[in-house]
Amino acid sequence: MSATIAEVPIESRVHYLNADYGIRSWLLTTDHKRIALLYLASITFMFFIGGAAAVLIRLHLLEPQGALVQPETYNKLFTMHGVVMIFFFLIPAIPAVLGNFLVPLMIGARDLAFPRLNLLSWYVYVVGALFTLAALLTGGVDTGWTFYTPYSTTYSNSNVILVGLGAFITGFSSILTGLNFIVTIHKMRAPGLTWFRMPLFIWAIYATSIIFLLGTPVVAITLALLALERLLHVGIFDPKLGGDPLLFQHLFWFYSHPAVYIMILPALGVMSELISCFSRKRIFGYSFVGFSSMAIAALSFLVWGHHMFVTGQSVYAGLVFSALSFLVAIPSAIKVFNWTATLYKGSISYDAPMLYALGFIGLFTMGGLTGLFLASLATDVHLNGTYFIVAHFHYIMVGGTIMAYLGGLHFWWPKISGRLYPDGWARFAALIIFVGFNLTFFPQFMLGYLGMPRRYAVYPPEFQVLNVMSSAGASILGVGYLIPLIYFIWSLRYGPPAGPNPWKAKGLEWQTPSPPPTENFEEIPVVTEEAYAYAAEEKHGG
Amino acid sequence: MLLKLPFQPDQASTIAEGVDRLYLFLTFITLFFTAIIFATIFYFAVKYRRRSDDERPPEIEGSLPLELAWTLIPTLLTVVIFVWASSLYFRNARPPRASSEIFVVGKQWMWHLQHPEGPREINELHVPVGVPIQLTMTSEDVIHDFFIPAFRIKKDALPGRYSSIWFEATKIGTYHFFCAQYCGAEHSGMIGWVYVMSPADYAQWLANNSSGETMEAAGRRLFNQVGCNGCHSESSSATGPSLKGLYGQSVRLADGRTVPANDDYLRGTILTPFKQRVAGYPAIMPTFQGQVNEEQILQLIAYLKSLGPEEGKVKQ
Repeated sequence: MSATIAEVPIESRVHYLNADYGIRSWLLTTDHKRIALLYLASITFMFFIGGAAAVLIRLHLLEPQGALVQPETYNKLFTMHGVVMIFFFLIPAIPAVLGNFLVPLMIGARDLAFPRLNLLSWYVYVVGALFTLAALLTGGVDTGWTFYTPYSTTYSNSNVILVGLGAFITGFSSILTGLNFIVTIHKMRAPGLTWFRMPLFIWAIYATSIIFLLGTPVVAITLALLALERLLHVGIFDPKLGGDPLLFQHLFWFYSHPAVYIMILPALGVMSELISCFSRKRIFGYSFVGFSSMAIAALSFLVWGHHMFVTGQSVYAGLVFSALSFLVAIPSAIKVFNWTATLYKGSISYDAPMLYALGFIGLFTMGGLTGLFLASLATDVHLNGTYFIVAHFHYIMVGGTIMAYLGGLHFWWPKISGRLYPDGWARFAALIIFVGFNLTFFPQFMLGYLGMPRRYAVYPPEFQVLNVMSSAGASILGVGYLIPLIYFIWSLRYGPPAGPNPWKAKGLEWQTPSPPPTENFEEIPVVTEEAYAYAAEEKHGG
Repeated sequence: MLLKLPFQPDQASTIAEGVDRLYLFLTFITLFFTAIIFATIFYFAVKYRRRSDDERPPEIEGSLPLELAWTLIPTLLTVVIFVWASSLYFRNARPPRASSEIFVVGKQWMWHLQHPEGPREINELHVPVGVPIQLTMTSEDVIHDFFIPAFRIKKDALPGRYSSIWFEATKIGTYHFFCAQYCGAEHSGMIGWVYVMSPADYAQWLANNSSGETMEAAGRRLFNQVGCNGCHSESSSATGPSLKGLYGQSVRLADGRTVPANDDYLRGTILTPFKQRVAGYPAIMPTFQGQVNEEQILQLIAYLKSLGPEEGKVKQ
C-alpha cells in the first residue's frame, strides 16, 4: 500500500496529459481525467459569465433608483445569473469535475463504467450551455431561474423556451453522469474496498447520483410542460387556460429542492477528505457522516413545500413540510460536529485547502442555522421572498459549495496538473474570499428582515446603506475569485513538480504518480485498511 | 449614515411582536452555535497545530455518546422551535370573527384596493387602527404577493382564486407594502403605502372618498348591465336558478358534487359556468370572461352576498 513511487520528472514520464496531443485527442477522449478537465474549462467559463451578471447586479443596486440599467435588463441579468450559476456551474461543479477525476482514482478503477457515455454527458452539457448562451445573446430571459407560471408561460416576452430547453438538455447530462457513477461505485471498486472503507467523498457522490437520477427527470418533464403551454396554449398552469399556477411550483421544487442537495452533498464529501487529510486523522464518526449524507438525500425529496408557505398552501401541509424541513437540520448538524471533533488531538496544518475547509464550516453553519428561520412557519411568512432568502441560499451554495469546490480544487490540483501552486497566494485568496463573502451576504440578512423583497431593480432609499455595503463586499469577493484563476494557470507551466503525494494524504488517488497515467494505476491496488488510516501508517513504519 | 441604520422593521401589528420574539430567539440560537463552532475550531486549530511534518496523531474512532448527544440536543431544540413557530403561525393565520373586509386585486404592475363602502385606491391602503381587517386577494394576470413588512404578513395573490390574510394595525403611521413575488418588468414598482389612521380619521376619509356607490350597489348595477338579470331574476320565466339567498349555502351540481357557494365558487361560475353547472339547469350560461374584470367580479359577489343566505336549504 505505502510503497514509494519513484520520483520521475513530469516531462519524461507518460501520463494522461501528454499521452496524446492535439485538439482531437481531447474532444474524442474517453479518459475520465481528460473529461474532467473539459468540464473544468466549461464550467469555469460559465462561472465567469454568471459572475459578470452578478457584478452588474451589485453595481446596479448601488443606488435606490438603479445605477446602471433599465428594470427589464436588470430582470434579465438576475435570471441569467441564476440560470447559469445553478444549472451550468453549481450542479455540475463538484460531481462533473472532481467526481469525474476522482471516482475511478479513489476506488482503484481504470475509468468509469461507461467511458463513452461520460464523454457524451459532456457534449450534452455543452449543447445545453450553447442553447442558453444563444438565448442570452438574442435578448435574454426575464422569468427568474424559477420560471414561475403563468408569468413564464403567458406573460413573458423573452426567450423562455430556449433557456428552458438549455436547462432541459443539461439535465440529461446530469442523469447520465449520475448513472455512470452509481454503476462504477457498485461494480468497479478495487479488491478489498468494501462499502465502509470507501472515502466519504465517494459516499457523497453516490448520494448525489441518486438524486440526479430521481429528481432530474421531474424538472425535465416540468420544463416540457411549460414549453407545451407556452407554444400550444395547452392549459396546464395558466388559470385562464384552465390550469393551476401552483402545480408548476410543486413540480419545480420537487426537483429544485433536491437540487440544492445536489450542490451541497458533494461539497460535504470534499470537506470530509480535506478535514481528515489536514488533521491527519480518520474522520470522527465515519459511519454517522456517511449515513447523514444518505439521510439528507432521502429527506431532500420531502421538503419542497417549504418554498410555498405563503402561496395559500393549506396550513396543515405547511405544518408537515415545516417539520420535515427541520429534520434536514439534524444530519447537517451531525456533520459539522463530527468535522469539528475530527480536529481534536489532530495534527493540523494550515495549507490552503484546509483554510477553505475551515471557512466552509463557518459559512455552512451560518447558512444552515439561518435555514431554521425559514423552516419556522411564523418567521418564514415575513422572510419569504426577501433578501433573507437570498443571503441564506448564498451562504449554502456560495459559502458552502464554492468554498468546498475551491478547497477540493486546491487539494487535488497537484494530482490533476502534477504541479504545485504558490501556497502563499492560495492562502491569501482563501482569506479574501471568506472576508468578501461575508461582507457581501451578511448585510442581505439584515435587508431581508427589514423587508426588502428580492428581485427588485429599484428600491426604497432606506435600504441603500446595506446595499452599498453588500456591493462593496462583492468587489472584494470578485477579486478573490480571480486570484486562483491566475495562479492555477501560472502553475501549469511554472509550478514546481508536486510528486505523487504532496500532502502525505491517504487514499488510492495519492498512490499513483501525479499526473496519473492514462490507465490510472499500473497495477490495480488491493485495499487492506479503512479510509483515512493515518495512524495505521505509523504502525507499518510509514 | 450608519447610525441611522435600522435593525428592525416597524412593529405595527398585533402579530409583529410575537414574530420578532421568535426571530430574536432564532438569532440567539444561530449566534450561540456559530460561536461555539468557531471557538472550538479556533481552539483546536491552534492547540493541535502541526509541529513536525512526520507527526502522527492518535487514532480516535468516534464516540457513540457524543454522537447521540449532538443528535438529540439539536433534535430537541428543533422540536421546540417547530412547536413555537407553528402555534404562532396557526394563531396568526386565523382571522378574528369580526374582521372587516377589504379587497385586493394585483395586476401588472399595480395594486387595486376596494373598500366595501365604496372607496377604491391604487397602491394606497387606508385602514383604521385597532380593527381587524381581512384582505381578500386575487390577481388579474400573474402571481403577485402582498407584503407589509411592518405587519409581518405576506400572502400570494394568485390568478384564478382568492386568498386572504388579516392584520390588526396597532400604531398610527405610514408603512410600505411591496409585491414580493416576481411578476415582470416593473415588479419593483409595484409598491405602495398603508396609512394607519385613528378610527375617526378613517371615518372621515371614507366619507370624503366615497363616490356614493358601495361595492354592493356597484355589483347590483353590473348585475343588470352585463345581463345577469336576464336569466337569474325572480320572475317565473327565468331560465337560470334564483340567486336569492344563495351565498354561503351548499349547491348540488349537475355532475353530482355538492359544493359550498362561496367566493371562489361564484367567481368560477361567472367565468367558467360549464365547469360547475347547477343540477337541473341546462348548460346555456355563457362565460363572462373578458366582460368583467376581477374587481367587478368582487362587486358582483358583494351584491350576491347582500341577497343573504337562507339557512339549511340545499339549492337545487
